[in-house]
Amino acid sequence: MSTVKLTVNGRAVSVDVEDRTLLVHVLRENLNLTGTHVGCDTSQCGACVVHVDGRAVKSCTMLAGQAAGSNVTTIEGLAKGDELHPMQAAFRDNHGLQCGYCTPGMIMSAVDIVHRHGGNLDEETVRHELEGNICRCTGYHNIVKAVLDAAGRMKVAQAAE
Amino acid sequence: MGVEGIGARVVRKEDRRFITGQGRYVDDIKMVGMSYAHFIRSPHAHAKVKGLDSAEAMKMPGVIAVLTGQQLVDDKVGNLICGWAITSKDGSPMKMGAWPAMAPETVRFVGQAVAVVIAETRNQAKDAAEAVVVNYEELPAVPDIAAAIKPGAPQLHPEAPGNVVYDWHLGDEAAVKDAFSKAANVVTLDLTNNRLVPNAMEPRAAIAHYDQADEHYTLYTTSQNPHVARLVLSAFYNIAPENKLRVIAPDVGGGFGSKIYIYPEEMVALWASKKVNRPVKWTGDRSEAFLTDAHGRDHVSKAEMAFDKDNKILGLRVKTHANFGAYMSLFSSAVPTYLYATLLSGQYVIPAIYAEVMGVYTNTTPVDAYRGAGRPEASYLIERMMETAARQLKVDPTELRKKNFINQFPYQTPVIMAYDIGDFHASIDAAMKAIDYAGFPARKAKAKADGKLRGIGISCYIEACGIAPSKAVGSLGAGVGLWESAEIRVNPVGTIEVLTGSHSHGQGHETTFCQIIAERLGVPLSQVSIIHGDTDKVQFGMGTYGSRSLAVGGTAIVKAMEKVEAKARKIAAHALEASESDIVIENGEFKVTGTDKSIALPMVALAAYTAHNLPDGMEPGLKETAFYDPTNFTFPAGAYICELEVDPTTGKTSFVNFVAADDFGRLINPMIVEGQVHGGLAQGIGQALLEGAVYDGSGQLVTASFMDYTMPRADDLPSFQLSHTTTLCPGNPLGVKGCGEAGAIGASAAVINAITDAIGNNKLEMPATPDRVWHAIHG
Repeated sequence: MSTVKLTVNGRAVSVDVEDRTLLVHVLRENLNLTGTHVGCDTSQCGACVVHVDGRAVKSCTMLAGQAAGSNVTTIEGLAKGDELHPMQAAFRDNHGLQCGYCTPGMIMSAVDIVHRHGGNLDEETVRHELEGNICRCTGYHNIVKAVLDAAGRMKVAQAAE
Repeated sequence: MGVEGIGARVVRKEDRRFITGQGRYVDDIKMVGMSYAHFIRSPHAHAKVKGLDSAEAMKMPGVIAVLTGQQLVDDKVGNLICGWAITSKDGSPMKMGAWPAMAPETVRFVGQAVAVVIAETRNQAKDAAEAVVVNYEELPAVPDIAAAIKPGAPQLHPEAPGNVVYDWHLGDEAAVKDAFSKAANVVTLDLTNNRLVPNAMEPRAAIAHYDQADEHYTLYTTSQNPHVARLVLSAFYNIAPENKLRVIAPDVGGGFGSKIYIYPEEMVALWASKKVNRPVKWTGDRSEAFLTDAHGRDHVSKAEMAFDKDNKILGLRVKTHANFGAYMSLFSSAVPTYLYATLLSGQYVIPAIYAEVMGVYTNTTPVDAYRGAGRPEASYLIERMMETAARQLKVDPTELRKKNFINQFPYQTPVIMAYDIGDFHASIDAAMKAIDYAGFPARKAKAKADGKLRGIGISCYIEACGIAPSKAVGSLGAGVGLWESAEIRVNPVGTIEVLTGSHSHGQGHETTFCQIIAERLGVPLSQVSIIHGDTDKVQFGMGTYGSRSLAVGGTAIVKAMEKVEAKARKIAAHALEASESDIVIENGEFKVTGTDKSIALPMVALAAYTAHNLPDGMEPGLKETAFYDPTNFTFPAGAYICELEVDPTTGKTSFVNFVAADDFGRLINPMIVEGQVHGGLAQGIGQALLEGAVYDGSGQLVTASFMDYTMPRADDLPSFQLSHTTTLCPGNPLGVKGCGEAGAIGASAAVINAITDAIGNNKLEMPATPDRVWHAIHG
């Protein structure tokens, strides 16, 4: 057992976990942040993507101990109070989700994609970048639309700030 | 149409919780005192269980119990059932072996559970499972259809000699023989419909809680039909009487058929929760999903079609072998029979059809309905046949189709189905226009100049949704009725709760169903809530599958609404001192037509509940229920055209365009309908290009993870170009047909027809991987 201290969605937390515990299980089991999902056991599906120190990470592929001292943002920490993040709003407005299970990981990956590419996103780039996130419901059509839409909204929001 | 009523592209009410991480799936739920289950599964495809030693495991930290298949037998927990009885052509009933939830004696597929460990934590249960020693005596295994029907093949079940479950047929053999004797041309085709793994993104999970004080069980489960689960768990598995069992299916992360069935894990969790007197949670991982979720498809077929000298179809003969896996899953028997052979007429006038279907056991995961369930197999066969025929007869494939389209409705096919309505010319014309079919030869020539092989492929599907009426399906062997129920509660303050037996696991019912209410009453969507997925709340329901929720469940809502409105009109007329026939409902108000007198819905509702001033003899309250049993199936149909390029040096396929023109009848929310089509197309294209469950000769599933089984990813798929043509379904008041499965039914033939067109070789099986395509080009 080890004590792991980290910051999750702006809140300092400390958990006592077995050394083999994955970050995703700390989030779900210890912190009750169940928006981060587990969809596979081979780090393929991306349902568990969170941001660790600002970068998208598959939280099923990181030991809790590796995240010690880090700043973790989960889907629950993305909106500013009642104000949705532009990516969340774009997923809703473009019908970029159906069953919702892959959605948190999809949104967290998508935010990271926009951060890395800035406004220089096209459909081909978005499709390529989403390779690590599997959705079985949408055929990706509306997810791609949502990411491109959000990229525009985030640019506008950034310009306004 | 109001801004939120029928036909409006309303964003989904359910989305906010999903995009903010507040969805509530089974594994998100915790109960006080919860323990964790981990199953011990067979590593062998076929073996005798000679012994099981759990002594070491029981000494490990946190272990509460190790429970075995024999204990299930001792406690008289029932075997799993198959709910649709099929009769073979010789009149004998189908031959089924017993399927215990955990195997006490014999395992018949890799992944079949033999025991379960219950422990304080998930990890402790997994660790202890490693310490349980199971002694197996391996038996020879049958990995596929060919091996199953070979003389002298190893036998799976003593009840099913030769591994044959049934040898069934449909249609008129003599009429087909006669048709072929008159044929000017006969086209033959051998096809495999590849085995698929559904892979809903949320793995199956269950939480079972036994309340000793009330002798009452609660089950949270990843189910598409919680009421059917309760019925089966009660009536057949002896878990508990229905009044002592509550089944809740909260947010469910996709189903595609795989979550229709009541699986061993739910049964064992319920049984174990009483045995250990603790809530028991089981959450499957993806490896377990690959091994234990019912797979889909897996047909091998031979088809022959007879044409006269004018290229009119005279007859169709089909012989299909269907792989059921090691046990007969809940609705498996119906899939290659009444959901498949009944659709073999496609969109065409085929005067004579004869289909034979042999269902066989193999040492593989059980196979059952997966998105489309029988109709993709039928559509793939017919549409590849039409394309093959066009090439052999040297006619344009769209012309051959148009020449043979059914033009008169209703149309009785020779294989049970009576198509109520359709316009197949409208959909193929729309698709041809969208893809600029006329311009294709020029595009193909240009691609050739660039060193690419360009092809175009057509698929004109028809399917049958909303399986019904109950009396008819009962006469065909179904063990359940296929109606739906609804209850409308107008609360005293005028808010409305709609309780439906349908279950949403991605389909957007919380929005679509509200739009039906908004349309009728003119109230905002925010005033209406949909309640589903809890047997303690909803009176009953048959669940969601077979694209039935709107056509059957939505109509039940309409029927209940008609009763509510009838009563509300009486109350309004009484309050306004007007004639009931003069009351119209607009914008949430009951108005006396031609006057300025009106009463708002909340005041009508309040009057119903205060009961101070109701018409004489009227019961208080404003709540009505309906059970709706349709009069016929619905028949969505459409045309898909795929244009693609093959790189002859690599065999890789790239999409140029994919157009879909569907006729789903009336659309309640076009945005949601389009989403359903996108997802269906992705699964159909996945089947055509990427997906395939592969077993080795010993019965090991070698594609048992997302690293080995190719799920469609964003960069494997194109953006789709959708359009709709409309013939309103005459069978229900909404005029709707169902849209959930169409994409998966129609897409695969369009893709394969396009590739075979591009490469000039018709011999190509799914999935058409670059390797297979390269070999089809180069030999």
